Amino acid sequence: MSGLFAALSAGLAWIGAIIDPLCGPAGVFRWFGSGTLLACGDAGWGDEIAHGFLVTASLAVATLPVGLVIGFFVALAKQSEEKSLRLAGNIYTTIFRGLPELLTLFIVYYGLQILVQQFLATVGYEGAVEINAFVAGMIALGVVFSAYCSEVLLSAFKAIPHGQYEAGDALGLHRGKTMRLIILPQLIRIALPGLGNLWMALLKDTALVSVIGLPDILRQTGIAARVTKHAFEFFGIACVLFLVLAMISSVVFSALERSTKRAEAGR
Amino acid sequence: MSIAETMIPPQAPPPAPPKPYTFSRFFGSVALGIWLALGVGIFLTVVNGWDPEKFSRYGPSFLSGLGVTLTLVISSILMGAVLSLPVALGRMSKNRLWGWLAYAYVYFFRGTPLITQLFLIYYGLGSFRPQLETVGLWWFFRDAWNCALFTFTLNTAAYQAEILRGAIESVPRGQREGAAALGLPERVAFFKVILPQAMIVALRPYGNEIILMIKGSAIVAIVTVFDLMGETRRAFSRTFDYQMYIWAAILYLLMVELLRNIWGWLEARLTRHLKR
Repeated sequence: MSGLFAALSAGLAWIGAIIDPLCGPAGVFRWFGSGTLLACGDAGWGDEIAHGFLVTASLAVATLPVGLVIGFFVALAKQSEEKSLRLAGNIYTTIFRGLPELLTLFIVYYGLQILVQQFLATVGYEGAVEINAFVAGMIALGVVFSAYCSEVLLSAFKAIPHGQYEAGDALGLHRGKTMRLIILPQLIRIALPGLGNLWMALLKDTALVSVIGLPDILRQTGIAARVTKHAFEFFGIACVLFLVLAMISSVVFSALERSTKRAEAGR
Repeated sequence: MSIAETMIPPQAPPPAPPKPYTFSRFFGSVALGIWLALGVGIFLTVVNGWDPEKFSRYGPSFLSGLGVTLTLVISSILMGAVLSLPVALGRMSKNRLWGWLAYAYVYFFRGTPLITQLFLIYYGLGSFRPQLETVGLWWFFRDAWNCALFTFTLNTAAYQAEILRGAIESVPRGQREGAAALGLPERVAFFKVILPQAMIVALRPYGNEIILMIKGSAIVAIVTVFDLMGETRRAFSRTFDYQMYIWAAILYLLMVELLRNIWGWLEARLTRHLKR
């Protein structure tokens, strides 16, 4: 079994190395950066920054489903008829929308560490515990994302007329099936612009995770800047890389919006 | 055929059927229970770990950090508002060059993380030290506080310019034409007709922007400015007491919620003529 995983991860790493946009065979740094500080390999910082780029992108991509799922359920809770559920959902959004992302990150990072340490101490293990920065970042950013996401989805839910649910009932559809076949497609279409904004914010918030030591774009460029004393160039590159990520996502989102809009054409 | 001779005496309505114990009720109780347990747990840790000595030592520094955060946010918002005017005008101008420049400015500052911009200015401008010294600006960029203020002003100016532009463009064209038909000069029309209506649209986004700045200002702690977050980090690194973060969280939540409520009141007050 472990052999299979090793083979899989090796294969993934190989594919990643091929399609790497910065240091791959067709990478930007490979072609235009050789001989400069951005050369790939041991001569320059290109491959380190490329790795940071990958970490930032994968953190954002890994956080998105977590945030979306939690946000969906919090939105459901906030529009339910049950008072206690609504209250619980509102407390959730109030807290996580009001806290600075950096503070949430620290609270999750150190808090998880303390919790795990206490838990292990009761089991009988004594020793230092390191929480994975990627996981801590994923939890903290996912929680913040879900708090905003629940608001976006809630307003999208409110935009769907009640007749749609009744139509589902009239067709004899199950509650879950009504949600899946009738409500969700419309919900996505209405909520997509708001979710696009949230995704951009998430992408920018991932830069904060460098503070707890995850080797993302900002941390790698920061290390390079400290070592080479070319701070402006390297932080400029970090800015450009974030801009590239933002541009790619805006292209993807406008394509998504167009494809969801197809359903309402001809009205 | 029989006729009813007496009225049926009034009766109490039948008792409401007992509420069914649904899944959502169960989940609601569970969720509230979790929040309650968390609240009580935090309260207990604060009470158990209460140390008057720590409070007297770090309490004032927390307050000074709060002051630094508020000063930073308020001054950068105000200066950003001033700077956002030319940017918004540039975004709306018909001149290709100005429009493009303003667009590039806004795109850069909205498309990159605030922390990257801060690093670019605080660490990055350090590599231009000789040039800055000859211009006589080095004393300004040497100080972390100045750099933070500068970055935040530039950043919020980009966001505020977009808010302003969106609000001004949301005013229907008929308003402008109406003012022109009344013979109002363009300047008067702008300040007395367009801007008041635009500001009502812009009110809520401005509030959100201030909240975003309060939350975003926490990152100046990383470049050695001792704002609320910086004081928290300092206190935590000396005591290893997790409570410090809880206190900071409470202070930040208080700030944001207070502002949100004030803004809600302000909006209700300013739009009372639009209520039907």
